[in-house]
Amino acid sequence: MDPVFLARFQFAATTIFHFFFVPLSIGLVFMVALMETLYVVKKKEIYKKMAKFWGHLFLINFAVGVVTGIIQEFQFGMNWSDYSRFVGDVFGAPLAIEALLAFFMESTFIGLWIFGWDRLMKKVHLACIWLVSFGTLLSGFWILMANSFMQVPVGFKINNGRAEMNDFLALITNGQLWVEFPHVITGALCTGAFFIAGVSAVNLLKKNHVEFYLKSMKIAIIIGLIGSIGTALSGHTQAQFLVKTQPMKMAAAEGIWKDTADPAPWSAFAIIDSYKKENKFEVNIPYAMSFLAYSKFEGGLKGMETLQKEYTVKYDSVVGEGTNYIPPVKTTYWSFRLMIGFGMGMILLSLMGAYLWKKGRLERSPIFLKFLLPAIAFPFLANTFGWLMTEVGRQPWTVFGLMTTADSISPNVSGGTILFSIIMYLLIFTILASVMIYLMVHEIKKGPESLHGIDSKVTTDPFNKVGA
Amino acid sequence: MELSELWFLLIAILFIGFFFLEGFDFGVGMSTRLLARNQIERTVMVNTIGPFWDANEVWLLTGGGAIFAAFPNWYATMFSGYYLPLLAVLLCLIGRGVSFEFRRKVDNPRWTNTWDWVIFFGSLLPPFLIGVLFTSMLRGMPIQADMNMNASFTDFINIYSLWGGLTVTLLCFLHGLNFLALKTVGDIRQRAAALAKKVVLAVLGALVIFVVLSWGMTDIFKVRPVMESVLVVLIILAYVLAYFFINKKREGLAFTMSGLGLAFTVSAIFAGLFPRVMISSINKAFDLTVYNASSGLYSLKIMTIVALTILPFVLGYTIWSYYIFRKRVTDKEQLTY
Repeated sequence: MDPVFLARFQFAATTIFHFFFVPLSIGLVFMVALMETLYVVKKKEIYKKMAKFWGHLFLINFAVGVVTGIIQEFQFGMNWSDYSRFVGDVFGAPLAIEALLAFFMESTFIGLWIFGWDRLMKKVHLACIWLVSFGTLLSGFWILMANSFMQVPVGFKINNGRAEMNDFLALITNGQLWVEFPHVITGALCTGAFFIAGVSAVNLLKKNHVEFYLKSMKIAIIIGLIGSIGTALSGHTQAQFLVKTQPMKMAAAEGIWKDTADPAPWSAFAIIDSYKKENKFEVNIPYAMSFLAYSKFEGGLKGMETLQKEYTVKYDSVVGEGTNYIPPVKTTYWSFRLMIGFGMGMILLSLMGAYLWKKGRLERSPIFLKFLLPAIAFPFLANTFGWLMTEVGRQPWTVFGLMTTADSISPNVSGGTILFSIIMYLLIFTILASVMIYLMVHEIKKGPESLHGIDSKVTTDPFNKVGA
Repeated sequence: MELSELWFLLIAILFIGFFFLEGFDFGVGMSTRLLARNQIERTVMVNTIGPFWDANEVWLLTGGGAIFAAFPNWYATMFSGYYLPLLAVLLCLIGRGVSFEFRRKVDNPRWTNTWDWVIFFGSLLPPFLIGVLFTSMLRGMPIQADMNMNASFTDFINIYSLWGGLTVTLLCFLHGLNFLALKTVGDIRQRAAALAKKVVLAVLGALVIFVVLSWGMTDIFKVRPVMESVLVVLIILAYVLAYFFINKKREGLAFTMSGLGLAFTVSAIFAGLFPRVMISSINKAFDLTVYNASSGLYSLKIMTIVALTILPFVLGYTIWSYYIFRKRVTDKEQLTY
């Protein structure tokens, strides 16, 4: 089996799986911190109940997010050792700083938060959950700095055949980071918001703890609005940045083979033939692509064929002659559209929620509430498709313009070994995902009141062989 | 001192921190089957490390990240070369981590018992595997001129590395027992101390054999005769004192000694490696050293500033959290959250 394919498959599988949990954690802990703040400020027990209940679900999710993240740190060295040798100097630094700055903070203060309800003063306890939330944001910032380097490499020079850091500030101020980070964080807020909204909706439909879930739903609508509109706006700036820095990815994401007309239309639907390098059928929205790319209704875009010629001149000396610089077009194109589609869906739902709230009909709108349960999936799908577009669209590069994916893998690791590890990961992921969903449903069914009875002690133990 | 040498020291400190801290929670994990008699006792034991284990594990992740950032070639060679052992470590840590969270979420003894088994093996295997990894590194691995390592089964698994793995596991087990004696009350506390008294003898025996094997099978006593001899004396002294303090029921000091024992052991491994980071069994010229495996000077400078700025805060709030949870854990209090 081809090690490059297997290593890529493994990276995609483990990262996508990991990134199911990460945005939910970032979003949920932020909202739990908000709830606890309301409790400390307004001194109403219901907010404490909310912080505890949603915090409980957050913890189940956080545990899986943390452990699947360990794979990421090991994976670069295990499967991509040539990549690690080449960029470790630049790429390793944000990873190490992430661990030092964010992981310690998250893990220490989450311990204090979980076990500290009775041991810490209210405000100190509140500070703990905010520090966890801050830690998750910092973690996102530093890991996205590493990813941004792969998209738009800055702050380095090539020395002895390796990329060596020569400007740390350039890494921090990388334009890619500052369009990517807000986009990922607002996406994470959506994920937390739609999760809480969906779970609340189900309970509101059943008239369970109406006050509790209505309050939760309202917080979710506010965060959902901020998150979904923020994602769209930051996505827009990111797309414009992309046109300048990685035009090939944008052209692929739009299915543009030949240079467009000026002003350029936006392709809403196309049947793409990657072999013949043409689209058989297109539905276009005039002017829209120019607006997307330049925020005005003029300006054309270069097509993939033109860019292939330009890249050949520019990069063949780096990676060898005859390289195909066009990424998998269909995946990039459809990932982009699906991401936007689910994102738009979230904006609509958030607006509708705000409208119903204002009309005072939130808990009496069964159709809207019924729709919110499947909508829990929207942000997860949007996140995943967004990353597919970002990473697949960067191909054939691992570090744009510097190193190709094929040159990045570990030369001393066989396809069989990678395959074996993939099987092990998929096995453990299946178990983790099933257990987690089971536990989430279990906790949600128990409801917010259960957390009061949970303090009871165990009195009988069937595994007690000595006799209690 | 050159910056690359400083980073070797910092990485050694991160691994000392890892073994000092995660060492006891590995040991507590082992105790859940080797000492606990029922599920209530297991829950008490797990609760002693509840607020800490996650942050303790971060020492390993930070160590890994620091190796990546400061010594990309070391990271690349080690992680790709030790593929399968590291995969096993990963799977253990994944299972162990979620088990702490999952074990009491469903009110069913079978459910809890299943996850407790994962905690046991997830705590037993990683110290063994990491011990195997470090000791086999000390003996040398087949690293070629291109810095890549293509090891066969007996390079990983041999008398020396197996004994190294076993020794590290025992050290962690003892450390965990001392922690339990320090953090529990009544019957568990008594039994933990009683078992620790036996285990400390096994530890001393294992260490003596390990030192003899290291004398014969590695070059560390030739490379650093004085330092390694001093460290060996310190290690043995720490465990003799540990035995003494366990007998005297001075649990805090006994725990400190088993922690120091681990710290000196890790120091001895890193001192034996230096200035190499990976020893080639093929040719001395292929050794990875702190000089040929490190990042550029600029990167190291930045990393040094960042690390020295953040580390005091990390130590500060880590100590604070241990202070907050300083009380002994009993089965009279809330057993879950």
